[in-house]
Amino acid sequence: MGFFWTIVTLVVALALAWRFLGSYMAAVFDGRVRWMAWAERPFYRLLGTSPDAEQSWKRYAGALLVFSVVSLLFTYLVLRLQGSLPLNPQHLPGVAPGLAWNTSVSFVTNTNWQNYGGETTLSYLSQMTLVVQQFVSPAVGIAVAIVLVRGFTRRDASTVGNFWVDVTRCLLYILLPIAFVAGIVYVGQGGVQTLAGPAHIRDALNGVTQTIARGPIAFMESIKQLGTNGGGFLNANAATPFENPTGLTNWLSIFLLLCIPFSLTYTFGKMAGSRRQGAALLAAMAIIFGVWVGFTSVAEHQPNPAVAAAGLPSQPTGNMVGKEVRFGDTSSALFGVASTQTSTGSANAAYDSFTPLGGFGLLSGMMLGEETPGGTGSGLYTILLFAIVAVFIGGLMIGRTPEYLGKKIQAREVKLAGLGILVMPIVVLVLTGIAVSVHAGRVAPLNAGPHGFSEILYAFTSQANNNGSAFAGLSGNTAFYNVLGGLAMLFGRFAVIVPVLALAGALGTKEVVPAGLGTFRTDNPMFVGLVIGSILLVGALTFFPALSLGPIVEQLSHGRFFG
Amino acid sequence: MLLHLRRSLVLAVACFVVFGLLYALAGTGVAQALFPSQANGSIGANGSTLIGQNWTSTRWFHGRPDDFGPYAADPKKGISGGDNPLVANGIPGESGATNLGPRSRTLVADTRQLIRWWHQHGVNPTSDLVTTSASGYDPDISPASAYAQIPMVAKSTGVTASTLRRIIAAQVRPAELGFLGSPTVNVLQLNEALARAEPGGR
Repeated sequence: MGFFWTIVTLVVALALAWRFLGSYMAAVFDGRVRWMAWAERPFYRLLGTSPDAEQSWKRYAGALLVFSVVSLLFTYLVLRLQGSLPLNPQHLPGVAPGLAWNTSVSFVTNTNWQNYGGETTLSYLSQMTLVVQQFVSPAVGIAVAIVLVRGFTRRDASTVGNFWVDVTRCLLYILLPIAFVAGIVYVGQGGVQTLAGPAHIRDALNGVTQTIARGPIAFMESIKQLGTNGGGFLNANAATPFENPTGLTNWLSIFLLLCIPFSLTYTFGKMAGSRRQGAALLAAMAIIFGVWVGFTSVAEHQPNPAVAAAGLPSQPTGNMVGKEVRFGDTSSALFGVASTQTSTGSANAAYDSFTPLGGFGLLSGMMLGEETPGGTGSGLYTILLFAIVAVFIGGLMIGRTPEYLGKKIQAREVKLAGLGILVMPIVVLVLTGIAVSVHAGRVAPLNAGPHGFSEILYAFTSQANNNGSAFAGLSGNTAFYNVLGGLAMLFGRFAVIVPVLALAGALGTKEVVPAGLGTFRTDNPMFVGLVIGSILLVGALTFFPALSLGPIVEQLSHGRFFG
Repeated sequence: MLLHLRRSLVLAVACFVVFGLLYALAGTGVAQALFPSQANGSIGANGSTLIGQNWTSTRWFHGRPDDFGPYAADPKKGISGGDNPLVANGIPGESGATNLGPRSRTLVADTRQLIRWWHQHGVNPTSDLVTTSASGYDPDISPASAYAQIPMVAKSTGVTASTLRRIIAAQVRPAELGFLGSPTVNVLQLNEALARAEPGGR
C-alpha cells in the first residue's frame, strides 16, 4: 500500500513539474526569464559574448568540444594534484593517472561511473571539482537538446543558438536554484554537510570505536540527482544514510532524477508550438518507464534464491540482500529503474544482488538507449532520434516523404539519426567482446557463472550510455577497465552529440511544409506506438543475444548456484 | 578555435568558483545554521544514529549482519568488515555492499552460517537479519527483526520479554508520512533504551 501512494504522489508531483518546470525551461532558453540577470550578465562580460551572437551548428559543436576538453583537463589536474591542494582533511595523496583519467572523463560526460571509493580516495576539493561537472555536464546536455528543438522550430536559419549563453542560462536559472533548495531538504532529513573532516566516536555501551567519513555531502546529493549525474560522495552512494537518510529523501531523489528529463518534453512541445507533440513523446517515455518499474518491483519483491536455498524460503519483505531497511524492496527497485533509465546511475541498493529478473530490468533499461525519460537533455535528443526513425518507418509504410513538425526528413537526417542511435550498441558490444576475450577483462568480475558476464556487460552498457550505474562486484579500477571505460564514455557522449548538432543544423535550414490531409500525424497514439516500437525493436534486436548469456540464463537456471 | 579556448578557460574557472567553491560554502553555511546536528552527522553520546555498529555481545540487539559471522572484520586477512564508515576498531574500510549475486554459492554458504548462528541463540531470523545491507552500515532493522531477537536479549540480560516488547514498541519509527519507505527500528537508539531500562541502567 505504501508503494502505491509513493507512485501516486510521484506521478502528481511529476505532472506538475512537467507543466510548470517544462514551460519555465522554455522561457529560460527563449531569454524571457530575467530574475538572475544580475548573475548572468557578469558571465557574458567575462566570456565576451551576448545572447544576440548566434553560432552555426559547427561553431556550436566546436565550442562544446573545446569546453569539454578544457573541463576534462582541469578535473584531471585537480585529482592528480589533490595531495598538494587545500581542503584535504584526510591528507589523501594524488589520484593515480588511470583512475584520474577514468574519473574526469566520467564526470565531464555526465556518466559518473565510479572506479573509486569516494571517502577513501578523494579530498573535499576534488569532490567539489566533480560537483562543478555535475552542474556543467547536464547543462551541456540540455543545451544540445534545446538546439535540436530549435532545428525543428526555426525556418531557413543558419544558426542554432549560442553555446555559452545556453549553458549559462541553464546553470543559473534551472540547476542552481533547484539543487540549492533540495540540498537544504537533504540536510534537514539528516544529510551531512560539513567541511570539518571525519568524526571520531566511541560507544561506551558496546566498546566499539569508529571514525566516520563526513564532508560536503548533501548539496552534492541534490545536484547529483537533479543533473542525472549519479556520482556520490561515499562509495555506497545513495544507499548510505549520510547521502539518503530517510524514505522522504529517497522519494525526493527519485523526483529530482525524473523531473527535468520528463519536463523537457513539455519544453519541446511549447517551443514547437504544439503541446500535443510534447505529450506524445512523454507518453512513449512514460509507458516504457512504467512497464519497467512494474516488473522490476515485482521481481525484487520475490525471495532471493540464494537466501531461500540457505534455509529461509519465506521472505515477506522481498529480496533484502544489499538493500537498506528504511527503503525496502519495491522502493529500491523503483529508485533503481529511475536511476538507470535517466542515465543517472546513483544507487540506493546493491544492484549486483538484485534477483536475475530485477537485474535484467536495470540492464535492459539502459540498453534501450536512455530516452525513457533519459538523462537531462540527452533523453530528449535521443528520443527525438527515435522519433525521426519512427516517422521514417511510418512514411515508408504509407509511401510518402516523411515529415516531422513540418520538416522533411530526408536521407541526411535519417543517416544522422541512425548514427546517433547505433553508436551506443556498437561501443557496448565491441568492448564487452574485447573484455571477455582477454585475461585482464575476465579477472574483474566478483561473481561466477552468468552473473560474472552480466557484470562486464553491465559495466560497458552503463559507461557507453553515460549512465554510471554498476554491478559493483566488478573490480573496475585496473588499467584495462579505466582506459577502455573512459573511451566508452567519450564515444557514448560526443559521438552522439556531434551527429545531433549536425542534425539540428540540417533541419534548421529547411523550410516548414504546411501540414495537409496526407501528412503523417506525430501527435496521436499511433505515433506513440511507433516510437515505442522503434525503441524496443532496436534494443531487442541488438542486445537479446547478450542478455541471453547474462540475466536470462541466470533466471532460467533454477536451483543452480555458481562459484 | 583560440576564441573557443579562451572562453572555455574563463567558463571553467568561473564555474569552479561558483559551483565548486561558493555552492559548497554557501550550502555548508546554511546547513550549519539551520540543522547543525544533522549537518554534522547526527552524532550522539554513543555514535551516529545514521551509522550502524557492530554489536558483539548477545546482551544487545543486533543490526544487519554487515559485520558479524562470515562478514566479520578480520585484521589478519585484511578484511575490514561492514559497519565501517572509514575506520572501525582500528581497521580501515569504507561503505559498500558484498555485491554477491542472486545465484552465488558463497551467498548460500554465508547465509546458511548466519541462520545457524541465530538458531543457536534461540532466534528465528527474519530476512534482514541474515542479509547484508547496501551501505554496509545500515543503522536500522525492521520491527519484526527486533521482536525476533527478544529470546536472545532476554536470556543474556535478564530483562523480561514483556519489558523488551514494550521497549521495542516505543522505538518503532513508522514509514515517513505513513507511506514512504518501510517502518524501522534504529538499533543504537533501541540499545540505548535497553541500557536505561536495565537494573542500574546506564
